[in-house]
Amino acid sequence: MLKKEEVEHIAKLARLGLTEKELEKMKRELSKILDYFEQLKEIDVSRVEPATHSVKVENVMREDEERLKKPKDQNKKLLDLVPERKDNYLKVKSIL
Amino acid sequence: MNLTELTIRQTHEGLKKKQFSALEICRAYLDKIAKEDKKINAFLTVTRESALLQAKKIDEMILSGQEISLLAGIPLAIKDNILVKNVRCTAGSKILDNYIAPYDATVIKKLQERGAVILGKTNLDEFAMGASGENSAFGPTRNPHDLSRVPGGSSAGSVAAVAANMSCGALGSDTGGSIRQPASLSGVVGLKPTYGAVSRYGLIALVCSFDQIGPITKTIEDAKILFEAISGKDPLDSTSLEFKFQSSLPNFQIKEVCFGVPKEYFIEGIDPKVEEIIQKAIKKYEDLGAKIEEISLPHTKYAIATYYIITPSEVSANLARYDGIKYGYSTIQSKKSKLKSLLNVYLESRGEGFGEEVRRRIMLGTYALSAGYYDAYYLKAQKFRTLIKEDFKKAFQKVDFILTPTSPTPAFKLGEKTEDPLKMYLCDIFTSPVNLAGLPGISIPAGKKGNLPVGLQIIGKPFEEDKILQVAQTFETI
Repeated sequence: MLKKEEVEHIAKLARLGLTEKELEKMKRELSKILDYFEQLKEIDVSRVEPATHSVKVENVMREDEERLKKPKDQNKKLLDLVPERKDNYLKVKSIL
Repeated sequence: MNLTELTIRQTHEGLKKKQFSALEICRAYLDKIAKEDKKINAFLTVTRESALLQAKKIDEMILSGQEISLLAGIPLAIKDNILVKNVRCTAGSKILDNYIAPYDATVIKKLQERGAVILGKTNLDEFAMGASGENSAFGPTRNPHDLSRVPGGSSAGSVAAVAANMSCGALGSDTGGSIRQPASLSGVVGLKPTYGAVSRYGLIALVCSFDQIGPITKTIEDAKILFEAISGKDPLDSTSLEFKFQSSLPNFQIKEVCFGVPKEYFIEGIDPKVEEIIQKAIKKYEDLGAKIEEISLPHTKYAIATYYIITPSEVSANLARYDGIKYGYSTIQSKKSKLKSLLNVYLESRGEGFGEEVRRRIMLGTYALSAGYYDAYYLKAQKFRTLIKEDFKKAFQKVDFILTPTSPTPAFKLGEKTEDPLKMYLCDIFTSPVNLAGLPGISIPAGKKGNLPVGLQIIGKPFEEDKILQVAQTFETI
């Protein structure tokens, strides 16, 4: 069973603001799911190579040149989505 | 003639013969949506004006005697995690409620180049996380065959739209079964392509190493038409690949095909009627002269644990971009956060913007990747992924295709599994191994339990979609 402090720590790492009640529920649910994962202890996989992808992935290289003509309105479209901005800058709250 | 009951092929033939116009077709579907969708909730956005405009364009082409492509004037529905320029794209989440897509996904470009008519965007479990359609921030979609039941998920709206004749075809996305499982529960055809067969550019990322876009249709021929249109290498997705797709396989003979039936897929917990329908389907192939062989995929029982470690891990990384700063739901301007710090904006925007299942997976993934736990969870799951891949590889040395049920049960009741996340996760038991191995798979209607459809899953070798479709078509035409 996860401890409450552990769940709080993970929530902070994940940048998720959870209420007391939500933390409690999360603790119960995550613990149950982690118990289910215990079955992966049944067989020894120490010699098995891990797979990150289903297909063999290799780096794909290309020339460092402009590929697409950027539509004229693209910057505006992106900036229009910003919740708070000043002119063409994104505004953020103070970090410290 | 009921226009909304036609397949893509039939609609195309009718347009060419001028039996009806593209505008009439488009209006018929829009009317159907207006009439039926209040009770089904398949669509989040209906793009009425642009659809009618596009239909008119196709009619002009036809009138002026131009050749039209198979998809010209065909009304399609698009899962709302695929970007269509200037149209709202929510991914079923409150955090993207106000998000307007600034560009087109590659699959959308390809459909538009062929003249397809986009009717709208369909409902889904939030960020495609779910197997019932109930995790949407915009309310659940209902199964057209029985409104008290779920259509399956996460491509809930896309399958429901096709099943209820509110769209001629649709696109979905499949990460652990999100095309095939709902196709099975809603009685339509759903193809999950090989990883890399279809560009993911413009698909809102869930799990980058599993996600694939694929067609949802009424018939297998229609699935083939859509798949041919959207597949192929895209410079904007470096994991996409060029491959050979044969539109027809003149030398195909069902007598020369060997099917594998994995014993691990006929286990306790499978609905007896589902098992009966699938065994009958297998028998049909046998009666046609195909060889049937029992095979073993010994690590199947570990697939769900493996999948639900890797998926949340990638989810926690992929969804870090929703920060309340660049786009989407944000508390940055709310009065109570005026004096707070950047961290508060993150915590509040994400805590309030994401739904329960999304938060759960972000937490799980963050835990699995955090210091001290990486080896025990993520790395270990990747090793199991290797074992599951190897299982399939070995099987495909002996057999050409693998036949399984798509889902252990037919459509379940709304609310039946929402209280227990693990129960919902187990819905993916027959579909997620295919994503772990990156293989292509299709679900086709195989029978019914009462009025509830049951799907047969056909799994093939990488980039053999043409053969899977051929084998599926053989079944469909018996």
